[in-house]
Amino acid sequence: MSAELSDLYQQVILDHNRRPRNRGRLPTANRSAHGDNPSCGDQCDVFLRLEGDRIAEISFEGSGCAISQASASLMTTQLKGKTSAEAQKLFKEFHEIVTTGKEPEVISDLAAFAGVHAFPARIKCATLSWHAALNALRGDTVAATTESHKD
Amino acid sequence: MPSPWLRIRDEFPILHQEVNGHPLVYLDNAATTQKPRAVMAALDRFYERDNANVHRGLHALSMRATDAYEGARSRVATFVNAEAPEEIVFTRGTTESINLVASSWGGANLRKGDVILLTEMEHHSNLVPWQLVAQRTGATLRYLPVTGDDGLLDLSQLDRVLTPEVRVFAFTHVSNTLGTINPVADLCARARRVGAVTVIDAAQSIGHMPVDVRAIGCDFLAFSGHKMASVTGIGALYGRKALLDAMPPWQGGGGMISNVDFFESRWKPTPERFEAGTPNFGDAVALGAACDFLDTLGREEIRRHDGALARLAYERLSALPGIRVLGPKGERGGLVSFAFESLHAHDVVTFADEDGIALRGGHHCNQPLMRRLGLTSTARASFYVYNEEREVDALVASLRRTLKFFGLQG
Repeated sequence: MSAELSDLYQQVILDHNRRPRNRGRLPTANRSAHGDNPSCGDQCDVFLRLEGDRIAEISFEGSGCAISQASASLMTTQLKGKTSAEAQKLFKEFHEIVTTGKEPEVISDLAAFAGVHAFPARIKCATLSWHAALNALRGDTVAATTESHKD
Repeated sequence: MPSPWLRIRDEFPILHQEVNGHPLVYLDNAATTQKPRAVMAALDRFYERDNANVHRGLHALSMRATDAYEGARSRVATFVNAEAPEEIVFTRGTTESINLVASSWGGANLRKGDVILLTEMEHHSNLVPWQLVAQRTGATLRYLPVTGDDGLLDLSQLDRVLTPEVRVFAFTHVSNTLGTINPVADLCARARRVGAVTVIDAAQSIGHMPVDVRAIGCDFLAFSGHKMASVTGIGALYGRKALLDAMPPWQGGGGMISNVDFFESRWKPTPERFEAGTPNFGDAVALGAACDFLDTLGREEIRRHDGALARLAYERLSALPGIRVLGPKGERGGLVSFAFESLHAHDVVTFADEDGIALRGGHHCNQPLMRRLGLTSTARASFYVYNEEREVDALVASLRRTLKFFGLQG
């Protein structure tokens, strides 16, 4: 297996794909948003319970490749307890990681997605759930779509 | 004369390369086929010798180009056994051909209370144009169901859905996801009994088997050049002359008028009426060359070759753990799509690519069918004249490695 492919399918990603965290509808959610990736048919719903400006609980539901499922799962573990400004900042970091392959300064599981940058077609897989989560935070009712974003 | 099949891979230069350190195994032919030297040479020859704008030209090159363009039209007409070259309208491909029928015929003939009958296995290109004309005219859509994973049209439902309100029945010849070969001649005969016009999406059949519009008995048939060993950007609509003659233009411009005044114009007869603007004559010449190439191989032989590979793949794939292989078990077109219980199609395709194997993964522009089957995506292997049994072996071996990597070897 090539270095690129083993970088893409790292243990952290395989683990989150096999045992997704926070998967399923959140009965107590007061925000939710839907995301579509029209180029591959992937879908993702993100559910939030906001307490003030802080994400008290978060979950996701959806279908897609290992990259998209692992990304959604890992995202929920990263966003829980964050304020919306903190969430925006984390997404910026994550976006940088998946588009450039540059590992973050602070040690983070998000670095597992650095291998995505060598597979440009898969960047949208990794970012779909994040777009849905940010939409939910903003209270947007329009479905997030990977086509309306650069990635 | 030696069989043209003997050195067929030599005709396709693109096949002779490595991808990710492995010999390329190109199994994405349902998306687009590779092009033989003969087709590329025809294109070169045209641009090196004969290129000039067609029609109304009074100089030598324009006359030659016009002859080449109209010669290609005649060649395509004989390829599908149309009665006359005038029954062939050149388009950009299947999608544009179907849009032409939906917009022009549909716009002029459909009204509230009319029914457009489609099947659940239609590609978005034979679905969305009809949704658009339904919105425009007030006609409604109705669907003939598919049976399930074996991917056949549920003909027991045909009488229920094919009622006298059906004005047009549009269906695919070969499903691009299921590989099903539909009984198109029977469907056309049944449609005629209720007076419905028939439109066939031949994108997946035209390059793979004999397609004879008179034997099928259809009113319209749409196809693309790039899925039949020709180039992108050219395709055709076959239409029965009586129907085409009665249809209004769908795009206006040069080349399609007999007389233009400041406030109104008169149209040329078919096919020019439907070819506004400078037509794609260069690629039409390449389409004609592809017809020659395929007839040299023999379309009955192509059907046997591609179908045999697809059936072999169906059998070998069915033995893999946790797999769902779609479409009919027996006779099928040259493609197989499959889905793993615990492995997404995009992961499958990425790992196959690592082994130099080109597959397609996704909804294949078949989202409603996918939902109907409870799937979001499948991986698809599709075959053409240059594929070999060893490439089916390579695919199966690669999939086994992928399953092992994900701990799914069963």
